[in-house]
Amino acid sequence: MTEQETKQLQDTLEERFPGALTRDERQGYEGYIVQAAKLVETAKSLRDDMDYDYLSSVTGVDYLPDDKMEVVYHLFKSSGGPALVLKVQTPRENSVVPSLISIYPGADFQEREAWDLMGIRFEGHPDLRRILLWDGFHGHPLRKDWREPFFEVEGKPFKSRWPQGEVSRVEDTNPFGKNVHYPSEFTPEGWTPAGDDAVYSSLAKVERGNGNNSQEIETDKIVVNLGPQHPSTHGVFRMVVTLDGEEIVGLKPVVGYLHRNHEKIGERNTYLMNMPFTDRLDYICSMSNNFGYALAVEKLMGIKPPERAEYIRVIMAELTRIVNHMMAIGFLLNDLGAFFTPMLYAINERELILDIFEAVSGSRMMCNYFRFGGVVRDLDDDILERIKGLANERLPRKIDELDLYLSENEIIKTRSIGVGVLTTEQALASSAAGPVLRASGVPFDIRRTDPYSIYDRFDFDVAVRYNGDVYDRYLIRLDEIRQSLRILQQAVESIPAGEIQTGKSQYQARVPAGEAYGRVEGPKGELGFYVVSNGKPNPWRYHVRAPSFINLTPLEEMCKGQKIADVVAILGSIDIVLGEVDR
Amino acid sequence: MYGMGLIKGLGVTLKHFVETYVDDLRWIVRGRYYNEEALIIRQGKDARGVFTVQYPEEKLSVPEEFRYIPLLVYEENPDGTRTDRCTSCGICAKVCPPQCIWIVRSNDPDTGKPIPAPSEFYIDIDICMSCGLCAEFCPFDAIKMDHVYELASYDRSSGHIFNKERLSKPVSYYAEIRPQNYAQEEAARAEKEAAKAARKKKD
Repeated sequence: MTEQETKQLQDTLEERFPGALTRDERQGYEGYIVQAAKLVETAKSLRDDMDYDYLSSVTGVDYLPDDKMEVVYHLFKSSGGPALVLKVQTPRENSVVPSLISIYPGADFQEREAWDLMGIRFEGHPDLRRILLWDGFHGHPLRKDWREPFFEVEGKPFKSRWPQGEVSRVEDTNPFGKNVHYPSEFTPEGWTPAGDDAVYSSLAKVERGNGNNSQEIETDKIVVNLGPQHPSTHGVFRMVVTLDGEEIVGLKPVVGYLHRNHEKIGERNTYLMNMPFTDRLDYICSMSNNFGYALAVEKLMGIKPPERAEYIRVIMAELTRIVNHMMAIGFLLNDLGAFFTPMLYAINERELILDIFEAVSGSRMMCNYFRFGGVVRDLDDDILERIKGLANERLPRKIDELDLYLSENEIIKTRSIGVGVLTTEQALASSAAGPVLRASGVPFDIRRTDPYSIYDRFDFDVAVRYNGDVYDRYLIRLDEIRQSLRILQQAVESIPAGEIQTGKSQYQARVPAGEAYGRVEGPKGELGFYVVSNGKPNPWRYHVRAPSFINLTPLEEMCKGQKIADVVAILGSIDIVLGEVDR
Repeated sequence: MYGMGLIKGLGVTLKHFVETYVDDLRWIVRGRYYNEEALIIRQGKDARGVFTVQYPEEKLSVPEEFRYIPLLVYEENPDGTRTDRCTSCGICAKVCPPQCIWIVRSNDPDTGKPIPAPSEFYIDIDICMSCGLCAEFCPFDAIKMDHVYELASYDRSSGHIFNKERLSKPVSYYAEIRPQNYAQEEAARAEKEAAKAARKKKD
């Protein structure tokens, strides 16, 4: 925001909410500090009167030296524009913050995560349970005073590696079975697991379904577990479904089976070391993840990459989008029952793009290609020729073939039209992002509403569909592939020669203190990285706003009233990747 | 007619099916399988027919930039001895994200002072993420990313910590797997030598 716009916004806010807001004056920070007691009414007024109807990210930050816990909210207008950042500060012990779930239902999973990982209680949240860790876990891992069992030093690099490196295998220094520490009064023998009672009890409040069964036959409601071992749940994802006959009356997603505490690892790593770790978040679209993280840290450092690097970044990001949507369409069709044929046709094309990624970055999926200030290697002319060949000739032809093959298919239409409908209001309120949001009628694409990199130079349309069912989510992915091809064709034509990195490449990035929220329109939605720096080589707080995780919020509403067989199709149409959901 | 969409879709599948045979016929003289030139075309943008690579009889050639586990480069001296390029500066160990490199700097046997050569160098390849940061930031072009990916073994506990002997490969091998990078580095080295020589001549 320009200085003038910021001042205008500040005046409006201070006029509307006297005494509740103060500007955040810390060096390198932005946004407003809201008092906890006034949070809910401020948010309500922001949503209703000032059009900030999209809550993108809720996260907690532990400021141990100041003895404060801070909850940071990023609000956006669905019509576009930069973020409004709100913060609530509480003491570290027994921190309680009012929940925003009544105003923005999309805050549901994120507040549960803040409770789980940081120990911040949200008053008013109907179901504040742990989400990413198992229910008997002791402690809150992202707190600064919590140390993991294999803890060595607060921040990498470890002194034990050089100059007197004593090599040892991880299994020997940290043997399995002895590598978890329990609280002092806990004995594994004496503990009876609460099991899934917490999940099942929250399902017991469900009313009877509306099927014919309820009039004629006495039926029982059954609770069925889909997953975590399941061929169609896109990874280790579990859904606890309450069924009335074949119809779903309640659904609770249980996540955390792939939780690796990426954010704590991020705090131990240096800024550069985090780059290959971001590849492993949404492991199908590694270039997009790199992009988001590079944008966030470049905002903190105040540098911009040179022109050629920007073009290369856009080319890689759009190729990644095509790769992801191919996988998504392939897996959706797999879930719908067209066993493997459409998937293999789509993955054929993906293989060609992955060969390009391998030639450019060295690896098909874990690309580690972006750096702060540019990209790491230049594109040779023959690789550019290959990309041109793909973007101009092969991919448009293959997309049209896929469209001809699948879109008019009667089976697909019967199974997906009208199934899993997500209305516009529900989509915005549950903070859905990406194709899920756009298929429900909201033309919100970060590349248009808040352009980053050089997307404002390209001529492309924002794909929108209006029915919000599974069929629309499939069609919109085809639309988005076509728009990506348009951008690719323009980018490979106009890519200039030049440098690919600003400044000298260094392994110790000097990042000034402050905070930054860098976001990209990833193939699955808004992928945001919230990085807080205190000037040291390691980040103070590193949070990933994962689109797959938040897109799961409306899963229950989409599935209620549908048959059990539709759950897999609806889940496939949201397109989740567990690496991102659980981090 | 109800079902037209299905039939058109099945037409696409039929086309792919027929293409596999037509493509075999197209290649009948040159041989479709087990030769490198055919593989490049079969995996390029004009690929038609069966896309499968008959591994292990056919292997996709690995691009130059491909990175797997690191290797240490040593120079082969004319008298047959080796000189490691590594000076045990420790930058690779510091920059490695999962911290899987252990280096022991060696000391001069007479004076006890540290000398720029490693006495021990270990990489735990179970932990290595193949990110390539070590190769990117080595100031002496001593550690590079290798292309070997067939490292499967039956016993993880004994063979997966590579020591300096296992990691070291000659410069000739490096030049063979990464010719363009090698050429660029040699050009940069020659330039630096020329600049140094010119400065010396001035003095």
